[in-house]
Amino acid sequence: MADRKTDTVVIGGGPGGYAAAFMAADLGQETVIVDPRKNPGGVCLYEGCIPSKMLLHLVKLKHEAESAESWGLSFGKAQVDLDKMRDAKDRVISQLTKGLGQLSKQRHVTHIRGTGKFKDANTLEIAAEGGKTESLTFSHAIVATGSRPVAPPGMKTESNLIMFAEDALSLPEIPNSLLVVGGGYIGLEMGTVYARLGAKVTIVEMTEGLIPGADRDLVKTYQKASRKTFDQIHTHTIVSDLEEKDGKVKVGLRSTEDDNESRERTFDRILLTTGRRPNSDSLGLEHAGITVDEKGFIPVNEKRQTETGHIYAIGDITGAPLLAHKASHEGRVAAEVIAGKKSAYEPATIPAVLYTDPEIAWCGLTEREAAAKGVNVTVTSFPWAASGRAVADNAADGKTKLVVDPESERILGVGIVGRGADSLIAEGALAVEMAALARDVSLTVHPHPTMSETIMEAAEVFHGMATHIYRPAKET
Amino acid sequence: MIKEIKLPEISENVESGSVVNVLVSQGQTIAQDDPIIELETDKAAVEVPASDGGKVTEILVSQGDEIKVGQTILKVETEQAADETASEKEEEAEETESVEEESAEKKTGTAEAKPAGGRTEQDAEQDTAGRTANAGKDTEEAERVPVPAAPSTRRLAREIGVAVEEVSGTGPGGRITTDDVKRHAKNVLGGGQAHGATEEKALPDFSVWGETYREPTSRVRQVTAENTRYSWQTIPHVTQLDEADVTDVEAFRKKHADAAEKAGGKLTVTAILLKIVATALRKFPRFNASLDMRNREIVYKKYVNVGIAVDTDRGLLVPVVRDADRKSIVELSAELSDLASRTRNKKIKPEEMDGGNFTISNLGGIGGTSFTPVVFSPQVAILGVARAETKPVYSDGEFTPRLILPLSLSYDHRVIDGADGARFLHWICTALSEPLYMDLEAKKDG
Repeated sequence: MADRKTDTVVIGGGPGGYAAAFMAADLGQETVIVDPRKNPGGVCLYEGCIPSKMLLHLVKLKHEAESAESWGLSFGKAQVDLDKMRDAKDRVISQLTKGLGQLSKQRHVTHIRGTGKFKDANTLEIAAEGGKTESLTFSHAIVATGSRPVAPPGMKTESNLIMFAEDALSLPEIPNSLLVVGGGYIGLEMGTVYARLGAKVTIVEMTEGLIPGADRDLVKTYQKASRKTFDQIHTHTIVSDLEEKDGKVKVGLRSTEDDNESRERTFDRILLTTGRRPNSDSLGLEHAGITVDEKGFIPVNEKRQTETGHIYAIGDITGAPLLAHKASHEGRVAAEVIAGKKSAYEPATIPAVLYTDPEIAWCGLTEREAAAKGVNVTVTSFPWAASGRAVADNAADGKTKLVVDPESERILGVGIVGRGADSLIAEGALAVEMAALARDVSLTVHPHPTMSETIMEAAEVFHGMATHIYRPAKET
Repeated sequence: MIKEIKLPEISENVESGSVVNVLVSQGQTIAQDDPIIELETDKAAVEVPASDGGKVTEILVSQGDEIKVGQTILKVETEQAADETASEKEEEAEETESVEEESAEKKTGTAEAKPAGGRTEQDAEQDTAGRTANAGKDTEEAERVPVPAAPSTRRLAREIGVAVEEVSGTGPGGRITTDDVKRHAKNVLGGGQAHGATEEKALPDFSVWGETYREPTSRVRQVTAENTRYSWQTIPHVTQLDEADVTDVEAFRKKHADAAEKAGGKLTVTAILLKIVATALRKFPRFNASLDMRNREIVYKKYVNVGIAVDTDRGLLVPVVRDADRKSIVELSAELSDLASRTRNKKIKPEEMDGGNFTISNLGGIGGTSFTPVVFSPQVAILGVARAETKPVYSDGEFTPRLILPLSLSYDHRVIDGADGARFLHWICTALSEPLYMDLEAKKDG
């Protein structure tokens, strides 16, 4: 096939890549997207955010129905049909990715199915579908190839019983017992799915607690609310001596605290969610004059330019946080810069969300970070047990907290654990971005009865008084 | 089709300039990259090339106009068939939402916008941005508490070239409003009245004593005025004088003039001084530094870029010789001749006058026994060179005629003490009288 030319090529069709490609096309660039799958979507749509949300939705429905029994509503025992569930999940994925394919066509974005590798700073060699190789000359490139899961160093992962997130999402079976290695986003979300579908789930986490990075009070509230979900949670624990035996996996759970005491345990399956590695190793970046850092991430400036100025990088490949919404925002920025706009990646916050039951979300400065950086803050919180709506919805295990600058009274961070925290946090993100003061939030009328009132009341607490909490006024 | 030619981004931080000359006329056919106007900016006079070729249909600027980056200079009728685009329409296109089909999945929620075809003229600007990329710089920025300004305000600041961190907010809790950003832009970028806060004293009525006439100051004059005033007000100057015996160097210079001539340069005292100064800057790194008062740190530079003051008919300009320590005297001669002639012919690019660490100002060609140069902030020292003269020097019981070069070194006493200044200048004088001295020292330093 003849060599091709384009203004902008986007390598990788995930939520960062397609957002970048669409924006580039909208700004008048001739745009090519290179991705091996049939339609854009990436890990997020095919085996990540979206299918996991669909499964979490189902198990939440099941759990709420079961909880309603003591309140006088029962449906009988839930029937789980894994085949049907898988089909439904595939339909959701197909509908969404087809939609993206459609949007690409409408924007005249050319999708080349294949994988790209830089030949030099202006040429991409594409190993296309069906073994063909073609070469594409570009003026600008956006690298958006994302990341892939990685096992703990030295761990053998050949066994079918050892799963990564993608395998777990394909629902091969509901094992009697499941060991989830890693107490972060993916581990807790997939652990919730399997636990609610009937597996006895054990979580092991290497660090001192679940969800490293989140404030401990939020994690504590979550653990209290979800205490019946998991069979066991082991922190300060690593997995060693993995061995498949009689259709089960034997592992040693070794404590990193108590003299390395190791207990032997057997599970039907193991899910590894111990981190992700950037897909930067087979891109031929060295031919384009780009050097990755020691972890394989591509260094970029605030315009998302790599050291080769007309080549940009966005999303997981540029480093933490490895989140789809960060990638999309970066993608739009890169496309705008290419189109000559004075744009830059400078958000005040990238909200973090765990779609567990209940959800955990935070944005801006956490209490932990403030302590680590020596930023003087006042933290105020509102317990959901004081929210009429939360109690009425049988969701009183929750908490909303604000991290506030005591001098300017500016809201620097928001943390929420409780049902619907994933959506509620958007108000927090807006407050942080707009540099809102606690007074701005407390004077904004929030609809009653909703969980959103907890944010308003937490802001009222900052000034010493909230309608639904009694606390003696500050002495000043 | 008709295309607009706009003022491209000439150099980082240059937002506007004044039109010195319009080089094309209506009806004229120009080619891409032909110079269309001569523009004087804060940093230099430059010829602005045409981004597209064609027949000039309209000229929208005239001599003396102050124009901004992005402003349309002229319109040309291009030969190529009309392709349906206009980059300036893209803002509108972006906002044109059309109802999406059901297939437009909910997750993205992106409104479909009409694709605007074709490439934009801003591509040129983009390439400039690409060159100045400084990868990986933003990590430390993220460490701080974010600036109290809404995303829309931050975007506005970026678009008009204001560093939002420097704006003081007047909103509740110190929040920066769009008005704050605009006021800051006006004060700092526009008039320069913001710092100093020294109000200009009113002038007396000179006509009482006789006839006068007025001339507007050129941009170069304005910038020189602002820079020298800033330096004079902020830098505690000390000037140290010394003399170098350049008899042997002069003989050397005459002997090797041919070699330099062949390389396209002229072997001048400045070229030799440049080599010696560059070597001295490596030996005395404090003279190759800048003072960061805000962070109470001294910034040492691992590169040796030396500015050379050039007298032009527009005023004083200072092109910079990069990595002067790594170039031979012959190479430096050639580069100096080229820089000086391009500076005088207005062909010098603004970025070629950026990034100097130290300056040499040679007035010896004109005359004078010595002078006290003003340090060019944020540099910390400048070497002034006056006219060499043959003087009787007493040595070995008799007076011998020797060629003596008077040198003056001004420096920033906040960074450099008197003893350091004396050592530095003495080193230069010794290196001039005994050329091998420099080699000896340089090798010792590795």
